[in-house]
Amino acid sequence: MNARREAYLYAAQRLTALIMAPLVIGHLITIIIAIQGGLSAEEILSRTSGNIFWAAFYGLFVLAAGIHAALGLRMVAAEWLGFRGPLANWTVAAVGLLLILLGFRAVGAVI
Amino acid sequence: MAGDDKDATLSVGVWRGDADGGEYVEYSVPHRASQTVLDVVTWIQRNIAPDLAYRFACRVGMCGSCAMTVNGRPRWTCRTHVDKVARNGRLTIAPLDNLPVVRDLAADMAPFFEKWKRANGAFQGGETRDDPIAEVRPDEPERKEADAAIECINCGICYAACDSVRWNPDYLGPAALNRVWALHNDRRDVARDDRLAAIGGEGGCHLCHSQAGCTAHCPQGLDPSGGIAGLKRALFRAALKGTV
Repeated sequence: MNARREAYLYAAQRLTALIMAPLVIGHLITIIIAIQGGLSAEEILSRTSGNIFWAAFYGLFVLAAGIHAALGLRMVAAEWLGFRGPLANWTVAAVGLLLILLGFRAVGAVI
Repeated sequence: MAGDDKDATLSVGVWRGDADGGEYVEYSVPHRASQTVLDVVTWIQRNIAPDLAYRFACRVGMCGSCAMTVNGRPRWTCRTHVDKVARNGRLTIAPLDNLPVVRDLAADMAPFFEKWKRANGAFQGGETRDDPIAEVRPDEPERKEADAAIECINCGICYAACDSVRWNPDYLGPAALNRVWALHNDRRDVARDDRLAAIGGEGGCHLCHSQAGCTAHCPQGLDPSGGIAGLKRALFRAALKGTV
């Protein structure tokens, strides 16, 4: 059972990395295009408000980043701090959840 | 070449101590042609420090007992020529990393072999002496995969070279997992799923960062890192199938 959990977490780490790679590139391209000729809150909101594509793009990004960061922190905590076991697992899960909630809040604010 | 010069000497720092700690002690050793690091250690013990503890047996790279840290890297001392590793006539020799020290250059291999046991590293067959001998063809895909792992002589060099073991002493390490990869590709073995379960949990193969220090240092030219990657894939498939 433990082996199955670790196998799924390993796969989740790789899968979220796979998802984020094109999203990071898309995000960088968007930034470069968006800042041409200045940048204003109105301009950003006019692009994102009510736009399902950007909601899905950044929603998926937030979800993948939250999961990926939490799993990465789990490894760093185990190796660098010796912080392992159930308490460590719950702690990084809480950090991941917090990242996802804050991310969704930010996405919700501009959509 | 220094080895041809009868007066040439090597300055050798040898780690002396025990489980409670120690320090490097300096020795001057005559430099000879075709001299190995094991020759240097033996010369020191026979001529200067008869109480120097170290381990060796075959002297020809078959037994795997003379591995030590030479100038910061784990090596078979019997197969390492001084001329290839000495820097300006200088050598430092220490016991293998990532293992407790018995005394001086002799590392305690007990935790290393405990992990082989924990990984369920013994072959488990399902046939009897009355069954016909299993035919394993050299060109079978599984047999080819096993090439990355067989011929290991348990010297502990990959284990000493592994940063993941250094960071987490519970990690099984490349040698035990390499053994599991050999058995995982042996279709005569009947405990393959049990073995995946044994190496998939806490301290298991997912702690490997694929830095491949094991593969870079293996004197046998094996690829434990590749085998561990294969075990991770096998575990994911087993998780989907529900067999672990």
